[in-house]
Amino acid sequence: MKKYSDLEYLRLPKWKRFLYAVICFFVGIPGSILGLFKKIGLGIVKFLTGIKNEFVDIGTTFTNGDWKTKVSFFIMGFGNIARGQILRGLLFFIFEVVFIVYMIFAGSYWLSMLPSLGLRGPEVVYDPIYDAYVTEYFDNSFKILLYGVLTLFFIIALIYTWRINIKQNKISEQIIRSGKKLRSGKDDLRSLVDDQFHKTLLALPLTGIIVFTMMPIVFMILVAFTNYDGAHNGFSNNLFTWVGLDNFNSLLSWSNGEVSYAATFGEVLTWTLIWAFFATFTNYFLGMLVAMMINKKGIRIKKFWRTCLVFTIAVPQFISLLYVSKMFANNGLINGFLLNLGLIEKALPFWTDTTWARITVIIINIWIGIPYLMLIATGILMNIPKDLYESAKVDGAGPFMQYTKITLPYMLFVTGPYLLTSFTSNMNNFNVIYLLTGGAPTSTLPSPGGNLGDTDLLITWLFKLTTFEEAKYYMASVIGILVFIVVAIISLVVYNLLPSTKNEEDFQ
Amino acid sequence: MKRKNNQLPELPPQAKHHMGIKARNAISNTFIHILLVIITIIWLVPFVCIILQSFRVESTHMVGYVIPKDWGLDNYIALFDTDFPKWYINTLVTAIITALLQTVIVLCMSYTLSRFRFKGRKLLMRFMLILGMFPGMLTMIILYRVLKDIGMTEANAVPGLILVYIASSGMGYYVSKGFFDTIPKSLDEAARIDGATRFQILTKVILPLAKPIVIYTILTAFMAPWGDFVFARYVSMNVSSGMNVAVGLFSWLNKDMIDGRYTMFCAAGVLVALPVALLFIFLQKYYVEGVTGGAVKG
Repeated sequence: MKKYSDLEYLRLPKWKRFLYAVICFFVGIPGSILGLFKKIGLGIVKFLTGIKNEFVDIGTTFTNGDWKTKVSFFIMGFGNIARGQILRGLLFFIFEVVFIVYMIFAGSYWLSMLPSLGLRGPEVVYDPIYDAYVTEYFDNSFKILLYGVLTLFFIIALIYTWRINIKQNKISEQIIRSGKKLRSGKDDLRSLVDDQFHKTLLALPLTGIIVFTMMPIVFMILVAFTNYDGAHNGFSNNLFTWVGLDNFNSLLSWSNGEVSYAATFGEVLTWTLIWAFFATFTNYFLGMLVAMMINKKGIRIKKFWRTCLVFTIAVPQFISLLYVSKMFANNGLINGFLLNLGLIEKALPFWTDTTWARITVIIINIWIGIPYLMLIATGILMNIPKDLYESAKVDGAGPFMQYTKITLPYMLFVTGPYLLTSFTSNMNNFNVIYLLTGGAPTSTLPSPGGNLGDTDLLITWLFKLTTFEEAKYYMASVIGILVFIVVAIISLVVYNLLPSTKNEEDFQ
Repeated sequence: MKRKNNQLPELPPQAKHHMGIKARNAISNTFIHILLVIITIIWLVPFVCIILQSFRVESTHMVGYVIPKDWGLDNYIALFDTDFPKWYINTLVTAIITALLQTVIVLCMSYTLSRFRFKGRKLLMRFMLILGMFPGMLTMIILYRVLKDIGMTEANAVPGLILVYIASSGMGYYVSKGFFDTIPKSLDEAARIDGATRFQILTKVILPLAKPIVIYTILTAFMAPWGDFVFARYVSMNVSSGMNVAVGLFSWLNKDMIDGRYTMFCAAGVLVALPVALLFIFLQKYYVEGVTGGAVKG
C-alpha cells in the first residue's frame, strides 16, 4: 500500500481520503495484533526475569541475614517480633499457624482429591439399623473442585505473605544498620489511614472481587475441562472428572454430516456481532440526532422532552421490556390495532419469523437505548467550542457540513472508548433479548442442549445451557471462554487503533 | 437544521436566495417540534398502555384494545391476595441495603484508584478489565451453589442476593473514578501541606465535592435490584417467599398464568415503576452528570 504524506493526503479527493482511512484501519489490524503478541512476549520475559530476581534476592537475604532473619524463613514474623515490631510479627505468625492448621485438617484432603475430582460416588448400601437400603454419599466433585481451587489460592497467598515477610526482614536489618528506629505498631496503625490508606480502602472491595468474581471465574474456566452436567452433578448421581480438551473438541468438530456444533456456534456468533453492531450504532447516531434536535436553539421546553424520553431508563427494564414484548405478540396490542383498522389480514409475525424477530429486537432496542445516548450526547455537544461553528459558518459551511466536519468527528473522538465498551456490552446484552423474545423463534440448528432460538445471543445460549434438565455446564463454560476470547480480541484490537486512547494523567 | 446563530457577518451564498434565515429557522423549528411530539408519543405509549390496562376490570386477558370498558381498582386490590407485597418488600430491602453498602465499596475503590499511585495499581486495573470481559452469567452457577451451602437461598434469598451484589460491586468503579480524576490534585496537595492525613482529605475535601457522583452511585445501585431477575431467579429457586418483584412478575407472564394475571401484571408494574421512576426523575441531574462523565472518560 502506498503511504501518503500529509500534503499528498490533503490533495486527495474526499472519497479517496475515506478509502485511505479505511485501508489504513485494516492494514493496521495485523500490525496491532503483532504488537499485541510482542507485548505479551515482552511481558512474559519481564515476568520470568522478575521471578529470577526474586529468587536471587531471597537467597542473598538468607545468606547475608542475621539469625533472626534466618529463623523468619521458617517461623514467619519471628524477625519482626525479635526486633520489637510485635503487631506485624504476630499477624505474620497467626497467618502461618492458620495456614498450617487448615492444611492439616482440610486443605490436604481437597488438594489430594483435586487431580481425580473424587473417587467414590454415591452408593446404595444396606443399613442394618433401619433394615433398608439407603444411598450413602461420599465424595463431592463440586466441593472438591471448589475447595481445591480455594486451597490453591490460599497457598499462593501464603507464598506471597512469606515473601513479604522476608523482604521486611531485609529492610528492617538495613534500617537498624543505618541507625534509624523501626516503626512501632502504633505507627503502622496510623499509616493505615494515612500513607498506606489505599490498603485500607482496597481491602474490602478486593476481597469481595477475589471471592465472588475471580474465584467463580477460575472455577468456571476449570469446569470447561470437566464433564460436569446434569447427569454428572458430582454428588447425588455421578461424580464428574477431568476430560481435558474434549469439550472444546466436541463444540468445534462435532457433526453428523449435515449439521455441526461449529456451524451453530458460527451462526450464533454472527448474529451476536450483527446485533451488537446495529444495537450500538443505531442508538449512537439516532441518540445523537435526538440530542441535537432537543438542544437546537429555539426549541421550547427542552427539559420536558428529555424527561419524557428518560422514562425508559427510569422504569425497570423487566416491566417495560416484558410489556413491549407482549405488545408485539401475535395477539398483542399492535397486531390487534392493525387488524381492527383493517390494515392487515392476519397478525404480523413479530416474534414468530426469524427475520421479523431480529429486526424487531433491534428496533425495540433503539427505543431502550436512545435516551442514554441522548443524555450522553447532550453533555458532550455542549462542550464543543462554539467558535468552531462560528468560523465554519464564516467559511460558508452549511448545517450538514458542520455536522460531518465538526460535530461527528468531535463526538467520535471523545466517545471512542465508550463506543467500544457499548459494543462489547451489547454482545452480552442478556436482558433485552431474554425479556423480549426469550430467544424465539426456535432454531433448527443443533445445540448441545436447551432449545436454541434464532434471536439467541451467545450469552443467552450460554444461559439456556445451564437451566434445562440435563444442564450442560461444561458447554456453557466452553462458550463463556469463547465469548471472552472474542470480546478480548475485539477490545484489544480496537482499543489500540482508537485515536482517543488517552493518558489518564491528562485529566488531573 | 442546526443553524445556531442568525447574526452572521456575511451570508454564505447558498443561503441567500428564497427566504431569510429567520423564516427558514422558524420552519425547521416547527418541523423539529412536530418530530419531537411524535417521538415523545412513541416513547410514552407503552407506559400509558400499562397504566390504562391496569385499571381494566372487564377481563384479565391480553386484548387488542387499550382503553378499558370498565374502570376500577380491582387489579390493584387483587395484588394483595398474592405474594406480591412480600416480593415488593424483599426488593425494597435489597435495594436499600445494596444502595448504601455498594456506594461505600465503589467509592473506596474509585477514590483509591484515582488518587493513589501505588505499586501494582496499573496491573490491578488491567486485571479487573480482563475479569470484566468474562460473561458474568457463568459465575452464577457456582455462586448459587455456594450460597446454598451457607443457607442463603430459596426463602432466605434476600441476604444472599445482597451479599453477591455488594461483593462484586467493586468492579464497577469506572464512572466514579472518572469523576474523581476531574477533581484537581492540587486540592489534595494543599490539604496535605496543611497537615491533613489521607483519611481527612477524603472526608473533608473530596467527599463534599463528590456529591453528584455519590448520588449517581446510590441511584444506580438502588435501581439495579429492581430489574435483576436472572440471578434472583437462580437464588430463589421457585420459592415464592424468596423472590423479588422481577422474578415473581416474570412468572406471571408464562403461558399458563398470563390469561388470569395480565392486568394484574400491569398494576404491579405501575406500583413497581412509580417509586423508582419518580426517584430517578427527581435525581435526573446527577444521573446525567454520571453517564456523561463516564462516557467521556471511559
